[in-house]
Amino acid sequence: MELFDLLIKLALVVAVFTIALVIAMYSTYAERKVAAFLQDRLGPNRAGPYGILQPLADGGKMFMKEEIIPSKADTFLFILGPCIAMMTACMTGVVIPWGNTLIIDGKAYIMQVTDINVGILFAFAVVSIGVYGIMIGGWASNNKYSLLGAIRASSQMISYELAMGFSIIALIMTTGSLSLRDIVEQQSGFHWNFLYQPLGCLLFIICAFAETNRAPFDLPECETELVGGYHTEYSSMKLGFYLFAEYINMFISAAIISALFFGGYNFPFLDKIDAPHNVITLIGTAIFFAKIIFFIFFFMWVRWTLPRFRYDQLMHLGWYVLLPISILNVLVTGAVTLFRNGQFHF
Amino acid sequence: MYQDDRTTLQVKDYTTLNLGPTHPATHGIFQNVLKMDGEIIVESEQTIGYIHRAFEKLAERRPFNQITPITDRLNYCSSPINNIGWHMTVEKLAGISIPKRVEYMRVIIMELARIADHIVCNTVIGVDTGAMTGFLYVFQWREKIYEIYEEICGARLTTNIGRIGGFERDFPQTAWQKLDDFIRDFPAALQEFEKLLVRNRIFMDRTINCGPISAERALAYSFTGPNLRAAGVDYDVRAMNPYCSYQDFDFIIPIGKHGDTYDRFMVRNQEMWESLNIIKQALQKMPAGNEYHADVPEFYLPEKADVYSKMEALIYHFKIVMGETQIPVGEVYHAVEGGNGELGYYLISDGGRTPYRLHFRRPCFIYYQAYPEMIKGTYLSDAILTMSSMNVIAGELDA
Repeated sequence: MELFDLLIKLALVVAVFTIALVIAMYSTYAERKVAAFLQDRLGPNRAGPYGILQPLADGGKMFMKEEIIPSKADTFLFILGPCIAMMTACMTGVVIPWGNTLIIDGKAYIMQVTDINVGILFAFAVVSIGVYGIMIGGWASNNKYSLLGAIRASSQMISYELAMGFSIIALIMTTGSLSLRDIVEQQSGFHWNFLYQPLGCLLFIICAFAETNRAPFDLPECETELVGGYHTEYSSMKLGFYLFAEYINMFISAAIISALFFGGYNFPFLDKIDAPHNVITLIGTAIFFAKIIFFIFFFMWVRWTLPRFRYDQLMHLGWYVLLPISILNVLVTGAVTLFRNGQFHF
Repeated sequence: MYQDDRTTLQVKDYTTLNLGPTHPATHGIFQNVLKMDGEIIVESEQTIGYIHRAFEKLAERRPFNQITPITDRLNYCSSPINNIGWHMTVEKLAGISIPKRVEYMRVIIMELARIADHIVCNTVIGVDTGAMTGFLYVFQWREKIYEIYEEICGARLTTNIGRIGGFERDFPQTAWQKLDDFIRDFPAALQEFEKLLVRNRIFMDRTINCGPISAERALAYSFTGPNLRAAGVDYDVRAMNPYCSYQDFDFIIPIGKHGDTYDRFMVRNQEMWESLNIIKQALQKMPAGNEYHADVPEFYLPEKADVYSKMEALIYHFKIVMGETQIPVGEVYHAVEGGNGELGYYLISDGGRTPYRLHFRRPCFIYYQAYPEMIKGTYLSDAILTMSSMNVIAGELDA
């Protein structure tokens, strides 16, 4: 049944892709509703009941808009920028374990597009490529504001990737595996990693905010200084791609945070439920999505509460605060691991 | 003299960045040509005049009561102060004494306008640091203030409120009701706003030491208003040279210490509390009666109903509308504490139907001169914050 396996995988790919796009789409709507909720407003409520068709209307509008490529811009790179941003945003989803196994005809199928043994590394490699989309876009626009935005974005993402990498190293030292699936499996019940790596978890969440260019680290596109930042010159769906990529990244970040530190599809006493395996798997997936939605809300909550940093303060925080703490976290984790294994005596 | 950079030792290349005139962060039409070293501003040069409408020249061709709408468009965040300031200037020239009740009504309106102005400025400082919520949440209270204006004069932004000699009508009951509601509910919102920003670590990091100016430099530039008080000088026209019965009220003049953005923010914040306090006192001390204008028929535009039914009213209406008022010859300067500082009117009258010369002392024009000095060597983000914290309003800057 090779063909059947392939079809299942294909269905999963399509499903993951669609879900990522739909959730990103509705994140734009949710963002505006959450902002409205926090600011004592109504938010979008014209398109459809409660404005739920707003994302479709926005998408339609984006497609209809006139496409402007500045005459001084490098046309090829100008188009390449948003493509890279969008592509890398969509690629990360393949390594995330969306749920436990589904048993069909006595054969187990995992709810993950692919379980590669270096899942985390893959995710970070792809996310790192994402910065090229922003850099290329900002550079190709041939606009000083875009360039400033692109410089800010690239230096910010590179700086925060270090601290993020170190927080991941500490996590890997406790889990002993690079596969996202293994990491999630180890957290069954309530052995969630944020209990074992509280500092690493905090660092990771902070860096995730910086990596997705969300407030309070939204300097690359801060509209009050840089007009639109790296996408100042973009219009129509190319602008849409940039904005959309940000929301997909937010969704993926929320998924990775939940998977790495908050148990993924695990929940206490889930194994105590007397139900068929497949049902429990689906409940687990629902729980995973609930966690993701909570973190997306958390991202929005922070955005509509905190002011943003200044460029030098951001760099200071990244290099002088987060990086040393994350290295210290690695050292402490290493010492504790050795001590618990009995290989280290005081 | 032309100097080729390549022949000197200076090898550094600077970028020229045009901040404005249509940049979203400048909150108006200003241009700043910045010489940038990366993100740091090396030098800046401002261009003014993008919305210069020659108000001082226009005023020379307009009868006195027709100048009020011009003053609306100076600092459009606090138009009523401008309007009433102008009325008081003409009253000073004509030697009209105003009943206490009218003065208290004016104080209430002016303090409301000050709150509205400070709401705009302080919440926009929030926006420029990236905290949108403070802006959008507290801004609905400016709407409430505008509703009170609406009840009193029918307009919201460019109010054209009052007349020479008083108000066009007594405040309706709904206006008093809305005023009471505002005084009751606004403190809670302002407190929430303070909780959001005042002790917020990121906000403090952003604003403390951002665009500072010393008291000496501020005085040398002839700063007034909140920007001078933030630098530590307790100059307030309301206290130093009381007008409109301000001597009847107890209020504190908040001052800062360092003249930076945080101090300016805090001074304005505290002034909102003081303004609320003044409004409460004015409501308490408000004399009974329903007098809403001084008895000066030769200057006060009569009511339309009277114009149609009474001969005197008809004659005065005709004379005022045609600009045939008997204004004395003279020269007056009258200053009010505007939303942004000392807003002065220097009026020379030759007894004709229009002013011989009218000069507006516009605080924003003065602040903007100090801007290059204040942003030199700072980051681009700080420059934006400095501009919004000085509350430079394009309409007042260019007049």
